[in-house]
Amino acid sequence: MTVLKVNRLSKHFGGLIAVSDFNIEIDEGELVALIGPNGAGKTTIFNMITGLYKPTEGKIYFDGKDITGMRPDKIAALGIARTFQNIRLFPELSVLDNVKVGYHLHLRSSPFAAALGLPSYGREEEQITRESLQLLEAVGLAYAAYEQAGGLPYGLQRKLEIARALATKPRLLLLDEPAAGMNPGEIHELMDFILRIMEDFDLTVFLIEHQMRLVMGMCPRILVLDHGITIAEGSPEEIQNDPRVIEAYLGTEEE
Amino acid sequence: MSLNMFLQHLANGLSLGGLYALIAIGYTMIYGVLRLINFAHGDVFMMGAYIAFYGVAIFSLPWYASFILSIVLSAILGMIVERVAYRPLRDVPRISALISTIGVSLLLENVGVVVFGGRPKAFPRPPLFNQEWNLGGVRVLSLTFFIIMASLALLIAVFYLVYRTKMGRAMRAVAWDFETAKLMGININQVISFTFAMGSALAAAGAIMWSMKYPQLLPLMGVIPGLKCFIAAVIGGIGSIPGAVLGGFLLGIGEIMVVAFLPELANFKYAFAFLALILILLLKPRGLLGKEMGEKA
Amino acid sequence: MLMKKRDKRVLTAISLLALFLLLWWAEGHLDPYIRRILNLIAINIIWAVTFNLIYGYTGQFSLGHGGFIAIGAYVTALLTLSPAQKEQNFFLLPCAWPLNSVQWPFVPSLIMATLLAGVFGILIGIPSLQLHGDYMALVTLAFNEVIRVINMNLQSITNGSLGLKGIPAYTNLLWSYGCAILTIFIVWKLGNSSYGRAFKAIREDEVAAETIGISAFYHKLMAFTIAAMFAGLGGGLYANLVSTIDPNLFSFLLSYQVVTIVVLGGVGSITGSVLASILYVSLFELLRPIDQPITLGIGVTIPGRPGMRMVIFSVIFLLVILFYRRGLMGTNEFSWEWLLLKVQPIKRMMLWGIRRGKETNDGSKGE
Repeated sequence: MTVLKVNRLSKHFGGLIAVSDFNIEIDEGELVALIGPNGAGKTTIFNMITGLYKPTEGKIYFDGKDITGMRPDKIAALGIARTFQNIRLFPELSVLDNVKVGYHLHLRSSPFAAALGLPSYGREEEQITRESLQLLEAVGLAYAAYEQAGGLPYGLQRKLEIARALATKPRLLLLDEPAAGMNPGEIHELMDFILRIMEDFDLTVFLIEHQMRLVMGMCPRILVLDHGITIAEGSPEEIQNDPRVIEAYLGTEEE
Repeated sequence: MSLNMFLQHLANGLSLGGLYALIAIGYTMIYGVLRLINFAHGDVFMMGAYIAFYGVAIFSLPWYASFILSIVLSAILGMIVERVAYRPLRDVPRISALISTIGVSLLLENVGVVVFGGRPKAFPRPPLFNQEWNLGGVRVLSLTFFIIMASLALLIAVFYLVYRTKMGRAMRAVAWDFETAKLMGININQVISFTFAMGSALAAAGAIMWSMKYPQLLPLMGVIPGLKCFIAAVIGGIGSIPGAVLGGFLLGIGEIMVVAFLPELANFKYAFAFLALILILLLKPRGLLGKEMGEKA
Repeated sequence: MLMKKRDKRVLTAISLLALFLLLWWAEGHLDPYIRRILNLIAINIIWAVTFNLIYGYTGQFSLGHGGFIAIGAYVTALLTLSPAQKEQNFFLLPCAWPLNSVQWPFVPSLIMATLLAGVFGILIGIPSLQLHGDYMALVTLAFNEVIRVINMNLQSITNGSLGLKGIPAYTNLLWSYGCAILTIFIVWKLGNSSYGRAFKAIREDEVAAETIGISAFYHKLMAFTIAAMFAGLGGGLYANLVSTIDPNLFSFLLSYQVVTIVVLGGVGSITGSVLASILYVSLFELLRPIDQPITLGIGVTIPGRPGMRMVIFSVIFLLVILFYRRGLMGTNEFSWEWLLLKVQPIKRMMLWGIRRGKETNDGSKGE
C-alpha cells in the first residue's frame, strides 16, 4: 500500500525554481533513493514533505492523508521522521536525552503530572528511559548514553540522529545524506544498519545520497534530480547507463 | 479645532518627530552594523544632556561651546562603550550582547544618579530659543522652529555621510554583509566605532534640543525617549535609515495629534508608542520600510 | 549513580525538615529587619527560578517578568485589603465594585494572583512568542511598560499612582519559603521531565525539535505561562510583605533585576538562581551603608552617595557578562552526589590521618 504520494510538487523562491513537477509514489517497505548533483533541489523536496517549506504547487499525501503545508510537528506525529544533511542534534543534551526527547510526542502524561512528580508520570518516564536505552543499544551507542551529544565523533552523531528519529516511531524515514563524510568501511556498515532497522522497525525509507557506492549497492529504486527536474527513474543498472544521468554528473562522481 | 491650532500642533509634532528621528537613526545604524539593540543608547542621550548642562552651569561656557563639547564627548562615550562592553562579545550569542547593553544602560543610569544626584536640574534655554514667533499667523516658540531646522540639517548631513562618502559606503557594506565586508578589506572595527560615534553624537544633539524643549534633567530621563525612539526605528524598519526617519516623524506627529484630538487619552500617550510597536511587530515585523536583511546563521 | 535514589530522598527530606524547623524558630525570634531580607530572598528565588524556565531552559529572552509580578501583587493587595482600608486608599476616586466590598483570606488571594497572572501570561505570550531574539525581548518589555502605564491610570481599580497602602502583612518566612520550595520543586521536576527535555530541545534547535514532533509554540507558551503564574505568586507574596505598592515598583527595572540574578547565577541552573538570589538580596542590603557616608572612628569619613550600591551592582553585572558568562554555576546543579564527592576526599584524609596516628602511637602497621 502507498505510504507516500507526491503530485506535481514545485518550489519557487522568488524567481528561482528550486523544484519543478516532482512526482513519486512509495509503497510500504520500499527503499528509494533520490540522487543528483549538488543544489539539485533534493533537500528542498525533503523540507516540503516534512513541512519546513510550503510548496508553491503540488500535493503531498501520507497514508492517503493530505499533508501539504502542514506544520512539521504535526507531520512528525503522523509518522514521518527525518535526519538532516548537516546533523542537527541537541548538542548540549546528553546522548540519552537526545533519544528520549524523540519520545516526547508520544507522551500521554500532562505537564501537571510531570511537574508534581506523580507516579503515573514516573512510570512513563521509566518506560521512555528503557526504550531509549534499547534504541541506543540497537545503534551501538549505549555506552555513551551520558556523554554530551555535541562531543561525539561525527559518524556517531549521525547514528544518534537516526536513533532520535526512530524514537518518534515513524512509518517513513527520510535520510538526508546519511553517508556524508564516511569512508568505504563505514558506508558498508551504514548500509547494513539501514537494512536492519528497516526490518526491525518496519520502516519505509526514502533517502538522499551523494555516495554512489551506497545507493547503487542497496537501493532497488532510484530517482535522479537535476536543477529541480526529475531526469530519470529506475533500477541501479538503468540509472547507471542512462546518458542523461551521466551527463548531469559529468565526472563529478564521488569516490 | 481651528486651522491655526492644527498648524501649531503640526509644528510641535514635526519638532518632536525630528528629535525622535535623530535618536532613532542612532539605534538603526547600530543595529545595522552589529545586529544589536543598544539598550544603552537612551542613556548616552541622557549623558549628552547633562554634559551640556554642566558645561554651562559649572564651567560657564557659552551655550554653543557647551553644546558642541557635549556632542563631541558623547561621541567619545559611545565609542568607549562599544570598545569595552560590546566588542569583546562580538562572536557570542546575540542575547549575551543584548544583556550587556542592558548592563551598560544600568551602569550609566546609576552613575548618573550618583554623580548628578537624583534631583531634577533645569536645562538652560538661551534667549534665542525662547522667543515667541508669529509665522504666517501661527504662534510658535522659536525653539520649535530651530529644532525643525536643525533636525533637517542634521538629517541631510547624515544622508550625505551615509550615501555619498567612502565611510558611509563602508557602513552600508558592513550592514549588508559583515563577513564579506571584512574580506573586502574594510576595517570593521573602525567602521563600527564610527557608527557608534555618529549615533551617539546625533543622540546628544537630540538630547540638547530635547532638554531645551523639556528642561527637566533627571538621570532616568533617557529611558522613555530611548525606548520610544527604538520603537520608532522598528516601526520604520530596523536597519533602514530612511525607516528610522519615517518612524520618528510618525511617532512624534502621532503622539502630538492623538493627545490633541483625544485629550482624554493624554495619560496613555506613553503606552501609545508601545502599542504601536506591538502592532507592527505582529503585523509587519520588518517595519514599514524594512528590507530583507541577511540573517546570520 | 553513586547514591541510591532512596538515600537521596531521605537526605532531601531531612534537610527540608531542618529548614522548616529553622524557619519556624526564625519567625519567632529573629529581628524583623532580618526576616524581611529572608522573605525577599525567598520571593526573588521564586522569580529567578521561574525566569530560568523561560530563558535558561527554553531559550526565550523575555523582559516582561515585572508585568506579571505587578499583576500578582495588585491582585492580592486588592483582595486582602478590607473594604474600610480600600475606602481610605481610594480617596481620589472610589474603588470599583465588586472590589470595594470584598475581602479574601491570604491563600485564596494568592491562588487568584497566580491564576490571573497565568491568564495574562497566555494573553501576552501568544503574540510575543511568535517573535524571536531581540524582537521578543522588546515586545515583552513593551508589555511590561503597558501594564505599568495601565496600572498608573486605572484609578478606580489600582488607585493609580497613589498606590496601595496598608496591605495586611500576611507573608511570613513559612509562607515565602514554602512557596519557594514548591516553586523549586515544580521547576526541577518539570525541567527533568520529558517536557523539560522538550524545552531544552527548542532552545538548542527549534527547527529540529519541530521535526521530531515538538510544537515549539505550544511548549514555549507552556513555559512562559508557568513562569508568569509563579511570577504572580511571588508578586502576591511581595505585596503582603512590604504592605505598600505602587505601579513604579514593577517597571522594566524589576525585569532587569530578575535577569541580572539569573545571569549571575548561571543561565539554566536552578541552584545558580537560588544562590544568586541569596547573594543579590543580601549584598543589596549589606551595601546599604555605602549609600550614606560612613564615619570610621578616627574621624575619617568615606563619602557615600545614594545610588553607589546600584553602581557596584551594575559593574559586577557587566563583569560577569563580559568575563564569566556562565555565571556562578554555569548549567550545573547541586546534587547530593556532588556534595558526597566533595566530602569523600576529606573523609578519606581524616581516616588516613587517624590510621597514621594509631600507627605511630603503638608502632603496629596498618589496621
